[in-house]
Amino acid sequence: MSHPTPQPADTALAAQLQAVIDQHAARPGAMLPLLHAIQAQHGYIPDAAVPMIAEALRHTRAEVHGIISFYHHFRTHPPGRHVIQVCRAEACQAVGARALEAHVKSALGVDYHETTADREFTLEPVYCLGNCACGPSLRVDDEIHGRMDAAGFDRLTAQLSATVVEVK
Amino acid sequence: MMATTIYVPCDTTARSLGADAVAARLTRAAERLGVDIQLKRNGSRGLFWLEPLVEVETATGRVAYGPVAPTDVDALVDAGLFEGRQEHDLALGDIEAHPYLARQQRLTFSRIGLTDPLSLEDYTARQGFAGLKQALALTPQGIVDEVKTSGLRGRGGAAFPTGIKWQTVHDTPAAQKYIVCNADEGDSGTFADRLVMECDPFMLIEGMTIAGLAVGATQGYIYLRSEYPLAQAMLDEAIVRAEAAGYLGDNILDSGHAFHLEVRLGAGAYICGEETSLLESLEGKRGLVRAKPPLPAIEGLFGQPTVVNNVLSLAAVPLFSTRAARPTPTTAWASPAAPWRCSWPATSPVAGWSSWPSAPPCAS
Repeated sequence: MSHPTPQPADTALAAQLQAVIDQHAARPGAMLPLLHAIQAQHGYIPDAAVPMIAEALRHTRAEVHGIISFYHHFRTHPPGRHVIQVCRAEACQAVGARALEAHVKSALGVDYHETTADREFTLEPVYCLGNCACGPSLRVDDEIHGRMDAAGFDRLTAQLSATVVEVK
Repeated sequence: MMATTIYVPCDTTARSLGADAVAARLTRAAERLGVDIQLKRNGSRGLFWLEPLVEVETATGRVAYGPVAPTDVDALVDAGLFEGRQEHDLALGDIEAHPYLARQQRLTFSRIGLTDPLSLEDYTARQGFAGLKQALALTPQGIVDEVKTSGLRGRGGAAFPTGIKWQTVHDTPAAQKYIVCNADEGDSGTFADRLVMECDPFMLIEGMTIAGLAVGATQGYIYLRSEYPLAQAMLDEAIVRAEAAGYLGDNILDSGHAFHLEVRLGAGAYICGEETSLLESLEGKRGLVRAKPPLPAIEGLFGQPTVVNNVLSLAAVPLFSTRAARPTPTTAWASPAAPWRCSWPATSPVAGWSSWPSAPPCAS
C-alpha cells in the first residue's frame, strides 16, 4: 500500500505521535500503554497513528485497528473539552440512572458517543465506576460525582461551562 | 499547643460526595479562627451513607461527624468541631462504637479508614511490611507452605486455594515468572478491590512482593480497569514511594531479591476480568479468552509461569504468609478447616473479612 505524502499539519502530528511511540514501544506488551498515552495526549487515537504503531510494534494495520476497536475506552474521533460518562450499570440503574441519563441527553442535546455543537461536552456510557453505594454516578474527565440528579447535573455543567467564558 | 488532627476521607465515594470541598472549607475555617489544624486525608471506613465522614482527634479518641456536606462545615465549626464537641446533629461520637463497625473484626481492612493511604509511616506503624520481613526470612517453598497452611483461598470469587496455585508456579522452571494482580473489578455493586487500592495500596504491593519471593517472580503487573482513575493515581504514587524506601526494586530491603511492579490500565473491556483474556490484554492484544490448558500458572503472561490473583487475595497475603504475622483466630475461623475462608460477596454490608457469630452465606 502506498503512503500519501504527509501535509505540513500532519508532519507536526506525526512527530508528536512518533515521540510517544518511541517512548513506549520497547515496553513488554506496549500496545495498551501506548494507546493510553496517545489518547492522553490527543484525546483520541488519530487515524495517522495506526500505521505508525503497526510499524513500531510489528503488527499489521488491521491488527492495530482490531485492537483499538475492541476496547471501548479508545476513541477514534476528537472529544469535546470535557468527557461526561454516565454510569449505566445495575447499581446505578436501581437508584435512578435511567432518569438521569434521559435528562443528560436532553440537556446536552446529544446521544452517547456524540459531542455538543459547541465542542464543550462529549457524552459516553460507562459500566460501573465502583461508586455503587452512592449512585447514580457520573464521571467528568477524572472526577467522579455521586448521588447525581437532574438539578445536580445542571449545576455541574453550568460550573464546567463557566470556566471557559472568562472575559478579561 | 499541638495541632488538632482532622481526618477527611479521600476515596472515590467520599470525594464524589464533596469531601475535597469539605476539606477546603475546614482549612479556611481554621485559618479564619486562628486554630492550628493538621488536615489528614484518610481512607474511607466504608460507611458510605455517612460520607464524607469527618473525624477529629481529641484527648479521648476520635470524634466523628457525618455525613458532612460542604455547606455544613461552618455550622459544625461554630458548634465546636475543632474541639470535638458533640452538640451538633451530625456528631456521631466514636465511630468504632457504631453497631455497623462494632460487630466487625477487620483483617485486610484493618488499616482502611484509619491511615493516610500514601503514608509509609502510617503503614509501618500498623504492622505494614511485617509480613514481607518475615517472608524474607523463609525459603520460597517455606512461604508457599505458609500460604497453604493458612487456608487462604482466591477471594475473587472462585475460592481456589492460593497456595496450590503458587506451588505450580514455584515448581515450573523459567527464566522469568510474573505476578499479575487482577484489578479489573467490573461487576456493578462490587468495590472492595477499589477500596483496598485507594485506601491501603501498600498492602497490595506487599502481598504481590511476597508472592514474587514465593514463586521466584521478579516482575509484577496490576491490571487495573480504566474506570478507576483515583486507584491508578494512588497505586502509581504508592509504588514510587515503596521503591524509594527499598520495599520494591532490585534489592528489596537489602535481601538481594528483586521485585518490580507496574500498573497497567485496561480499556473498558469487561471480559478482561477473566484471567486469560486479561493476560492477552496485558500482552497488548484484543482481550480474547484463551483455551485452558495450559494453565496460566504454567504458560501465562508472555508464555511464562504466572500467578494471577485477585486484589483481595494478594492483599490478604501479608497477614497469612507467615505464622508469626497471622492474626489470632477468632470465633468465625477458629476451625482449621474453616470453610468460609472464601471470597466474600463484596456487596455484603460488611466490607472486608470479618467475624460473624454464625457462618456467613458462602459457608455452605
